[in-house]
Amino acid sequence: MTLTTGSRTAAIRARKASASTAKYLSLLIASAVTVLPLATVLFASFKSTQEYGATGPLTPPSNWLNFENFAIAFDRGGMLEGFFNTAVVLAVSLAGTILIGTLAAYGLDRFEFRGKRLVFGLFLVAALVPSVTSQVATFQVINGLGLYDTKAALILLFMGTDIIAIYLFVQFMQAIPASLDEAAMIDGANRWTIYWRIVLPLLKPAIATVVIIKGIAIYNEFYAPFLYLPSEGMISTSLFRFKGPFGAHWEVISAGTLIVIIPTLIAFLLLQRWIYKGLTSGAVK
Amino acid sequence: MANTAPGPSMADAPADRSDGRSTPEGRPARPSGVTDRRLLRRLTPYLFVAVAVGLMLLLTYWPAVNLLYYSFTDWDGLDQTKNFVGLDNYVQVFTDPRIFSVFAVSLYYFGASFIQMGIALYFATLLSYSTRFRNLFRGILFFPYLINGVAIGFVFLYLFQPGGTLDTVLSWFGLSEPPHWIGDPDIANWSLAGTSVWRYTGLNFVLFLGAIQSLPSELYEASELDGANRWQQFWAIVFPGIRRVIGLSFILAIAGSLSVFEIPFIMTGGANGTSTFVIQTIQTAFNFRQVGTASAMAIVLLVIVLLVTWIQRRLFPDEKVDLT
Repeated sequence: MTLTTGSRTAAIRARKASASTAKYLSLLIASAVTVLPLATVLFASFKSTQEYGATGPLTPPSNWLNFENFAIAFDRGGMLEGFFNTAVVLAVSLAGTILIGTLAAYGLDRFEFRGKRLVFGLFLVAALVPSVTSQVATFQVINGLGLYDTKAALILLFMGTDIIAIYLFVQFMQAIPASLDEAAMIDGANRWTIYWRIVLPLLKPAIATVVIIKGIAIYNEFYAPFLYLPSEGMISTSLFRFKGPFGAHWEVISAGTLIVIIPTLIAFLLLQRWIYKGLTSGAVK
Repeated sequence: MANTAPGPSMADAPADRSDGRSTPEGRPARPSGVTDRRLLRRLTPYLFVAVAVGLMLLLTYWPAVNLLYYSFTDWDGLDQTKNFVGLDNYVQVFTDPRIFSVFAVSLYYFGASFIQMGIALYFATLLSYSTRFRNLFRGILFFPYLINGVAIGFVFLYLFQPGGTLDTVLSWFGLSEPPHWIGDPDIANWSLAGTSVWRYTGLNFVLFLGAIQSLPSELYEASELDGANRWQQFWAIVFPGIRRVIGLSFILAIAGSLSVFEIPFIMTGGANGTSTFVIQTIQTAFNFRQVGTASAMAIVLLVIVLLVTWIQRRLFPDEKVDLT
């Protein structure tokens, strides 16, 4: 090492140190901006009505074990009904999406048939239709089927409009060698057996991705239950209805908000790796 | 979408054999049985895709066709008869200032999406280098994207309310007379667009980070040997390497800002000049019962979104970016 390079590395080291300070500082600021709005809601949810009126939003609650607001939110806010309905719709829609999607993907990937390109094209264009505005006409279809104000309407909508899931399944199925199918066919298995016994079990990772991504989407869906299920609450609409009766009772609204966020947080902490992977594979299709 | 489905001759070869003169059990097949089975075999692929295609036609294409039909009528959503009114609804969409002007609100969200992508790109690049607590930071920045929209609406209504969190924080910096963040029509859209940035930055960030991490690491090592600094590395390696993802996000940002719905609907219900085109469409259909006009609005939005997507396909065809 010559002297000049030695002084150069020292300069570089100094620059690196200040760059790293800036780096961590910006990360800390971004984290604060992300966490602070949620933290203040957490503070408010543990305050009593008097305490909420007397203290500022950034003052922590005096009693961290005051669960009264949560009880009120859960009880009078109809959150139990919301969770129950969401769970039912979630479970049935997911099972349906997986079955319909894997069947379609198997048909599209393992067969040559007339109209196949057309079906692919239809799926591609359908993915682009903005779903909220087309509800103007979808509403008439659901109404005509006599499903308005039933959970079946939501289940049908969630099952019928998931084109992304079908794409994920097709993509994944392309990686499963067709020789497996052929070997089974030589052994006398028919197509349904091959789908059920061989392909479906091998699709498990793709199914897991769809369950996570679609599960979160259904849990968070607001407009479909708002429009199609006015007389029952799903988790989003139950929370939305807090706006009226709890008016300025922010301590109760905060508790309700947290009740909705906590399951998401738990799911995120448990399933992080799959969520990241699912998002990147689902978005870059 | 690449399709590597095996040809019919390859996949169906074993089936052909069992379908010939005799069944696998060795019984001589009757001619009618052969045609039946041949028919069944030709129908098999259609049976597999039938439910998915049927639901898609019922819930996407049939409504889309109906939208087009309704858009030429004065239907109110209930009446038995629908009177044909020609292009009246479309003329109304483009001339009624109450309807078309709301497209201007999209500009706030469109502008915000640039800020959003900038922040996301900055932190994705930052965290692509080795960083302490990387997973923690990644999780914190990403988590808002997973939160329920109604919950986000309430969190930010609480944050923005007079004397709320934002005002308190600003008072630390000496700003004593903050505006009404949601109540003032001049500011409300900025507040809502800011909420949108908070909500969606995490998604862009994770997509960018994934794309950066899939770039070959030899490129960094080679450039470091050549004495390139981080800034040069970003412009020479990272940015061109993830151009496609950035382009896609950009197109999604345009489509997304045209069809903003949840945040303004939940937080203000479209009051104080925060109504968007989608809110306007929904209210026209379900509150004012002008299904004809609302359908014309929906068709206009659909055409714009399809146009934007078509441009995207032209600008960013499905090609692999190859740096080496």
